[in-house]
Formats: sequence, C-alpha cells, structure tokens
Amino acid sequence: MGGVLAVTETRGGALRGVSREVVTAARSLAGRLGGGVDALVLGPPGIGEEAGHLAAFGADRIFVAQDEAFGAYAPDAALRAIEELEGANEYRAILLAASARGKDLAPRAAARLDRPLASDVTEISVEDDRPVVVRPQYAGKALAKLAFSGAPALISIRPNVFLPEEREGDGAVEPLDVSAEPARTRVHPVESGGQGELDVAEARIVVSGGRGMGDPENWHLLEDLKDALGDGVALGASRAVVDAGWRPHEEQVGQTGKVVTPELYFAIGISGAIQHLAGMRTAKVIVAVNRDPEAPIFDVADYGIVGDLFEVLPKLTEEIRAAKAV
Amino acid sequence: MKDANVKSIVCIKRVPDTETRVRIGSDGASIDPSGVKYVLNPYDEFALEEAIRLKEAAGEGSVTALSLGPPAATETLRTALAMGADDAVLLEGEPSHDGLATARALAAEIEGRDFDLLLFGKQAVDDDNMQVPAMVAEILGLPCATVVVELDVEGGHVRAVREVEGGHETVEFDLPGVVAAQKGLNEPRYASLKGIMAAKKKPLEEKEADLSGSDIELLSLSEPPEAEAGEIVGEGADAVPELVRRLREEAKVL
Ligand SMILES: Cc1cc2nc3c(=O)[nH]c(=O)nc-3n(C[C@H](O)[C@H](O)[C@H](O)COP(=O)(O)OP(=O)(O)OC[C@H]3O[C@@H](n4cnc5c(N)ncnc54)[C@H](O)[C@@H]3O)c2cc1C
Ligand SMILES: Nc1ncnc2c1ncn2[C@@H]1O[C@H](COP(=O)(O)O)[C@@H](O)[C@H]1O
Repeated sequence: MGGVLAVTETRGGALRGVSREVVTAARSLAGRLGGGVDALVLGPPGIGEEAGHLAAFGADRIFVAQDEAFGAYAPDAALRAIEELEGANEYRAILLAASARGKDLAPRAAARLDRPLASDVTEISVEDDRPVVVRPQYAGKALAKLAFSGAPALISIRPNVFLPEEREGDGAVEPLDVSAEPARTRVHPVESGGQGELDVAEARIVVSGGRGMGDPENWHLLEDLKDALGDGVALGASRAVVDAGWRPHEEQVGQTGKVVTPELYFAIGISGAIQHLAGMRTAKVIVAVNRDPEAPIFDVADYGIVGDLFEVLPKLTEEIRAAKAV
Repeated sequence: MKDANVKSIVCIKRVPDTETRVRIGSDGASIDPSGVKYVLNPYDEFALEEAIRLKEAAGEGSVTALSLGPPAATETLRTALAMGADDAVLLEGEPSHDGLATARALAAEIEGRDFDLLLFGKQAVDDDNMQVPAMVAEILGLPCATVVVELDVEGGHVRAVREVEGGHETVEFDLPGVVAAQKGLNEPRYASLKGIMAAKKKPLEEKEADLSGSDIELLSLSEPPEAEAGEIVGEGADAVPELVRRLREEAKVL
C-alpha cells in the first residue's frame, strides 16, 4: 500500500520523452512519502521492452498493457487501468504529465477517483507528510502553493521542469490486462504537423521569431539556426506573427499560446510584451536579439545582443555550427 | 457543423481581464480585487459562439449559459445572453482553486437538465486549471474532447479535432457529450446593441451553488520571483562569438 503511480504516455508505439520526467518526479516524491514507484504504460504490442527502461528512472514495477488500439489515445482504457491499480495499491499520489494527453486524462482520473488534482505543477515537496505543490496561475503572474489531504493526490507536472534522472536499481515489467472496449470516444492516431512530433512546449531548445523578422520569407534564417543547434529544437513565434498569418498557431508562445520551459530560448526580433513573457520567462536560459536596447525582452534575457537580427543571425548560426563541430 | 435541434449548455466563468495587473491581496491567498476589471473568460467565448452557430445553422435548438460565481457573475451571463444565449443560470458561490468542487456543483445542476452538448472553454485564465470540462464529463459519465479547434456535429455524432504536441488528433463520439474549446475554433462575435437590449428580457435564474468540501488547500499565493535583469553581451554580429562562448562555458547549454 502507498507509493506513487506514474502514468506514462506513448505515441505510435514509442514512449514519449515526458514519461521519463513523470517517473523521475514520482521517484523523488516516493522517496519523501515512502513506498515504491509503479509506472503504467499503455501501448501497442511491442512496447514492453522500451517500457522496461523506465526502471532506470525509478520505476520499481512497470505495468504494461498492450493492445493495437493503444497506438492512439485510449482514455477509457487508461482510466480503467488507473482505477484498477489504485484499487489494488492505494497510492499516496498519482502523477501524470501536463501534456496534451495528460491535461485531458488527469482531470478525468481525478473525477473518477473523486480526488482533487493540481495541474501543471512546477514544484513538488512534502510538508507534514502531505504532498505540497507549487503551480503558476494568472498566466504565471502568481504562484499558488497547495497542500493535499487524504490520498491519492493527483498531480500533473509541467513538461521540461522535472528533468529525467537515472538511478541504480531494478524494475520488473508486469503485464496488465486492460481491454480497449468499451470506449465512449474513438480517438484517431495523431496527424503530425509541420514540425513532426516535437512540440514547442516540449523542446529542449526553442528558437522564436517575432515581428522584427520582417517577412515570413525570412524564416529560413531561424530554420538554419534551428538546424545548427541539433536535436530537440523547435521553432516558436510571437502572437504578432501568428496573427499576421506568418506562422501557425501551434508555434505561438505566450499567454494565449503555449507555455514553454526549455533549457535555452532564443527571442529574435521579439519585443517581450508581458503576454509573451508569460509563456517563456521560466526558460532556464534566455537569449534575446533586438535592435532596440530598451526592448523589455532584455529585462528577462540572460544574454542579449543589441543589433540588427539580419546581421546577427547568420553569424550566430555559423558560430554555433563551428562550436558544435569541435 | 450542422444538426437539428441541439440543446447546448455552455459553462462560462467570470475572470479578471488578462490585461489586469495581478497584485496579491493582504491575506497572501487571493488577488487584490481593487482596480481589477472582470470579463467573460476568453476561451468561453469560443464555446458560446460555437453553440450559437450550431443553433443558427439548424434554425432550431437552444443555448443555456451556466456560471458558478459571485452575484456579479450575472453581468457575465448577461454578456452571454447578449451574444445569443437563450437563457442563463447563476449558481451563486465563490469558485475556488479546486476544480473538482466546481465540477461537482456544475454537474449537479446539469444532471437535472435536458441537453445534448456541453460546451466549455479549455481553460479559465485565472486558475489556469484545465480541469473542469473533463471532470464534469466524467462525473456525468459522458464522452469528452478537450482543446478543440474544429467541431462537426451531425446526426447526433460529434467529430472534434484537438490540438496535441506537434499535430492534431481527431476524436469522435455520440451525443450527449462534452467539448472544451480552444482558440481558433471560431471568431466570437461581439454583442450587438439589439442583442444587449434583448438580453435584458431573457430569463436569468439564480440559485445557491452546492459547493462541497475540498481535499486540496491553498496555502499561499505569491508573486513569482523577479527575473534577474540580463546582460547585454554586446552589439551587432561582433558580439556573437562572445555570446556563443558564454552559452557553452557559463550556461553550458550548447
Ligand atoms: C489578451 C492578449 C493575449 C496575448 N497573448 C500573446 C501571446 O500568447 N504571445 C505573444 O507573443 N503575444 C501575445 N499578445 C500580444 C503582445 O501584447 C504583443 O503584441 C506581441 O507579443 C508582440 O509581438 P512581437 O514582439 O513579435 O512584435 P513587436 O512588439 O512589434 O516587436 C518587434 C520587435 O522586433 C524588433 N526588431 C524590429 N526589426 C528588427 C531587426 N531588424 N533586428 C532586430 N530587432 C528588430 C523591434 O525592436 C521590436 O522590439 C497578447 C495580447 C493580448 C492583448
Ligand atoms: N465557476 C465556473 N462556472 C462556470 N464554468 C466554469 C467555472 N469554472 C470553470 N468553468 C468552465 O471550465 C472551463 C475550464 O476551467 P478550468 O478548469 O478552471 O481551467 C472554463 O473555460 C469554463 O468553461
């Protein structure tokens, strides 16, 4: 009894990166609350081996349910699995990712178990043996600190905040029998957009362009920088350029777009309006390029270059390429 | 998006305008309401617009706006009526940080009503919870699609496209069901003067919300730490080598 359940995510037969973050956060919480970590994986046949790797991030038992139908999102089956595991183990906490899927599934699981949920959490601690979390509200303009009573506590974690940590130790893969039917909804497999699987909200590095880019034709300069930076990089955009139809809405960063927490964020030709900052101020390192030394983006940037982006960008791409080649 | 006689209930919330400067109140657990302008939650406008269009396209059906909030939320409901909702219900009570408490109260009211489609915004811009729509769906045992950017309702069947990381996902189910709207679903209308006048005569029912206890306690609300002012590495392309060096050696992110 007790312990923490980490609900993971797969897409098209592979675990999504954020799953390792959920297991890592679960491990850390279980270390303070006591008990072990169970991971739940729903995926198509063949997912078992990759699921086994979750042991390295702290899962003691990895429950794997395999069905062709689990290549797509299967909320009803996932709920049944969570309910069954909770019934058998009476967890102290159940963790999910605040990803597109987790944001859909977590509140359903909470209502199903009739337990409260703290969503999009950025800090987890334990006080007086209770899980205590911090989460942003008002588009990041305030931080709420919340304490759970009773169990389980349902928590969804913001992607890219709880970085995966490997540990020594073993985990056992255990098959879990979960039927795909009955299902109230039929969910089709994800159709990928322009950037493929990687979303700006989950990228390690984000290269964002604003109105200062001047014209959508100039985006190749950002694409070049993105390519030079290697893997895990996504393009982002300010609302000004999304509204102008230069870039798709899924790239928009900010209050009415996505909240991103990458290791490195490039704001190129972006002024740094409060609504843009709401989506990226928690990035670990922020680089700004803007010709206006008074632009508010420089108030939050760790490193800034004042200058014409059309001169700075090609040089930046070239230098990063050179640095990476070493 | 066309179907005959769809009865929609749209859940809407009164929230501080996103332009509002948020100041923490002296209790350290709420925002200081002085000077705050309240509006209809922006995502709920998409939900309302969709319900109204569904009714207009079919030439029949109904749209009920439902809100849990303080007495002042009647203004928010009047806005919905002015946009085109037929009637409105206020569940009077103070919504908390606990989405489940709100969801239970809304579900209790909805359960006794005749409806086909429940519409929500994807997120309230005060608590940023993204909880209530899927919770209401689950409490009522209904299918649900969240973060929806495209919606078709035909012959009692729903096809909803939702935004997911790096793409889209299509969800299908049969009514009754729940849809939570994302920006991009439609362009919400402004209330016309005629609509505003008509709204004054539309029915608006007020009753007590049934808010149960909560197992999640708000310990405090605080302002985020000030971002440390950054450093200008230099000007123009000449500053680039120094920037790249610092990103590698100091920040260790390259
Ligand atoms: C309710 C609401 C919600 C909003 N939500 C969002 C949101 O989610 N995300 C968002 O981004 N915005 C949002 N906004 C809009 C926001 O207020 C700003 O209007 C927007 O972020 C500005 O985009 P920008 O920085 O690209 O453009 P601008 O503010 O026009 O800035 C362009 C910058 O480029 C610089 N520049 C120009 N040419 C060059 C050059 N050659 N070299 C270098 N620099 C150059 C300029 O100095 C300027 O600082 C929202 C606004 C409202 C009211
Ligand atoms: N107090 C409330 N009254 C009516 N609807 C609400 C209320 N709170 C939340 N909602 C609905 O649920 C959606 C998501 O809210 P939240 O889960 O708080 O982010 C909102 O966009 C509204 O449609």
